[in-house]
Amino acid sequence: MDPFGKYLKAVSARSTLKEVLKKAQDGGIVSTLFIYALENNILDGVVVADKEDEFLPKPKVATTPEEVIEAAGTKYSVCPNIAEIKKAAREYGCEKIGVVGTPCQIRAVRKAMKYPVGFRGVNIEFLIGIFCMENFPYNGLRVIVEELCGVKMEDVVKLDIGKGKFWVYTRWGETKTVKLKETHPYEQSSCHVCTDYTAELADVSTGSVGSPDGWSTVFIRTVKGKEIFSEAVENGYFEIKSIETVKPGLDLVKKLSLTKKEKNMKEIEHRKELGLPVPVKL
Amino acid sequence: MVKVAHVQLSSCCGCLISLTDTYEKLLEILNSIELVYCQTLIDVREIKECDVALVEGSVCLEDHHALEVAKEVREKAKIVVALGACAAFGGLTRYCKGNQLPKPVNSSFSPLTEVIKVDYSIPGCPPSPEAIYSFIKALLNNDEAYLKPYKLLAEMPEVCGCDLLYKVVNKELCMGCGTCSASCPTRAITMVDGRPVVDPVLCIKCGLCSFQCPRILYPSLLEEIE
Ligand SMILES: Cc1cc2nc3c(=O)[nH]c(=O)nc-3n(C[C@H](O)[C@H](O)[C@H](O)COP(=O)(O)OP(=O)(O)OC[C@H]3O[C@@H](n4cnc5c(N)ncnc54)[C@H](O)[C@@H]3O)c2cc1C
Ligand code: SF4
Ligand code: SF4
Ligand code: SF4
Repeated sequence: MDPFGKYLKAVSARSTLKEVLKKAQDGGIVSTLFIYALENNILDGVVVADKEDEFLPKPKVATTPEEVIEAAGTKYSVCPNIAEIKKAAREYGCEKIGVVGTPCQIRAVRKAMKYPVGFRGVNIEFLIGIFCMENFPYNGLRVIVEELCGVKMEDVVKLDIGKGKFWVYTRWGETKTVKLKETHPYEQSSCHVCTDYTAELADVSTGSVGSPDGWSTVFIRTVKGKEIFSEAVENGYFEIKSIETVKPGLDLVKKLSLTKKEKNMKEIEHRKELGLPVPVKL
Repeated sequence: MVKVAHVQLSSCCGCLISLTDTYEKLLEILNSIELVYCQTLIDVREIKECDVALVEGSVCLEDHHALEVAKEVREKAKIVVALGACAAFGGLTRYCKGNQLPKPVNSSFSPLTEVIKVDYSIPGCPPSPEAIYSFIKALLNNDEAYLKPYKLLAEMPEVCGCDLLYKVVNKELCMGCGTCSASCPTRAITMVDGRPVVDPVLCIKCGLCSFQCPRILYPSLLEEIE
């Protein structure tokens, strides 16, 4: 099985923008690339996942670097980013739209781009995908944070998944964790038929796995992705390390990707046996 | 030259406007097709023999002329395309129930797909110019892989926002991307708790939401990125 999908290059990278690093989940790749693209008129609007009180995710159209930075950081709950792409074109008048999304969302946009039946005048220019093992419905997330970790949602400043644990950081400076195994019952079940870990159809995909803390693993997949990423590097927006020199490197990404694919392929087969529908591939 | 006819049944002409809305791309298409019939644009009274008929609008069953036109299109065209929600699924005309002057008996409207065999259905109210353009190009290039979703749709005249519940949310397939909500022309779909909630009063049965949902159907040609 192919673990990563097509890509031209993989690197380990980190933003050089201090304001981004303060708020970003990992190396700040998503926010920095969007900021670079907005500042250089490559994009005029990007759809990102912002949050309301109590870490409730909410999609938003951002047209300035400040708005991009506000939305940095991972929200471990469903955020229907794609619902806003038409709004970006119609209400914000954006002509070159960027979108960040989980692998399933990137797949959804690719379909809308190739079959734009309900998307008159919606021009999607650039897709950044984030790695994703699973997601949680909001109240699933709430149970994990409040019941399993004993933290009130209103006190959360950052959430993270890594090293086999779910991490909760509070505004009082505390860190709480719970074993990832205990969070499984709260995953959204539609994630269990998903066989894309690294956002295989994005222009650029990024995630934390494979690179050291504060750094990101980046796959540059398309010609457009390569152009924009290389220009951003040349203009000093990123520090880069060869992926072969960092630990744990691509081997771990590969292992996790294959684990997800194999597990979820099994679930798809299982559902077929039960006579349940599964996503139809043509 | 591929001969193309545009036929209008019970519809608003919005699908044809959407087709012409491709601007300079329309000229590109027109270079490779010959428009042999289109009451709005050219002065030809009889439907001509043609390779492709783009038909918009549903069929009023009380209007015998409309029924005859539908039958005639099937005889004269090699490929019949239901262009837009009304021809493909009934669309807004699903809600017609008659009792209006000057023809109070004109009350029953069926999508073209329920009256004759249709080869491709394009959803949307109207379908976007970009989509019509890509469709016609694929047709000219005989790109069967690209056309396949439209072909499948021609077998499914009954669509509704409820499809999202029946086929996706109820089947533990909805992952909350929001594509359905963005595609809806009447903003009938709101994302609540990461799931689509459809306002049935606003739904005009255009078929866009379920067509766009990546969890109902995903053409593998999309895996090819450059
Ligand atoms: C549900 C989920 C599961 C993930 N699982 C993994 C994993 O298993 N392994 C791994 O390596 N990485 C995973 N990630 C990705 C990782 O957490 C970071 O988002 C990624 O590394 C980008 O970090 P950054 O510092 O480059 O981005 P930042 O500059 O911090 O920006 C992050 C961007 O992601 C967007 N975003 C945040 N939450 C969501 C959301 N719920 N839906 C859509 N967009 C969102 C924000 O709008 C922001 O623009 C996951 C992310 C999500 C949302
Ligand atoms: S696991 Fe798959 S379906 Fe679930 S949120 Fe992540 S990318 Fe989407
Ligand atoms: S909910 Fe909207 S997109 Fe879906 S069929 Fe109804 S009108 Fe069309
Ligand atoms: S498009 Fe499909 S998967 Fe996406 S939110 Fe709508 S119903 Fe769910």
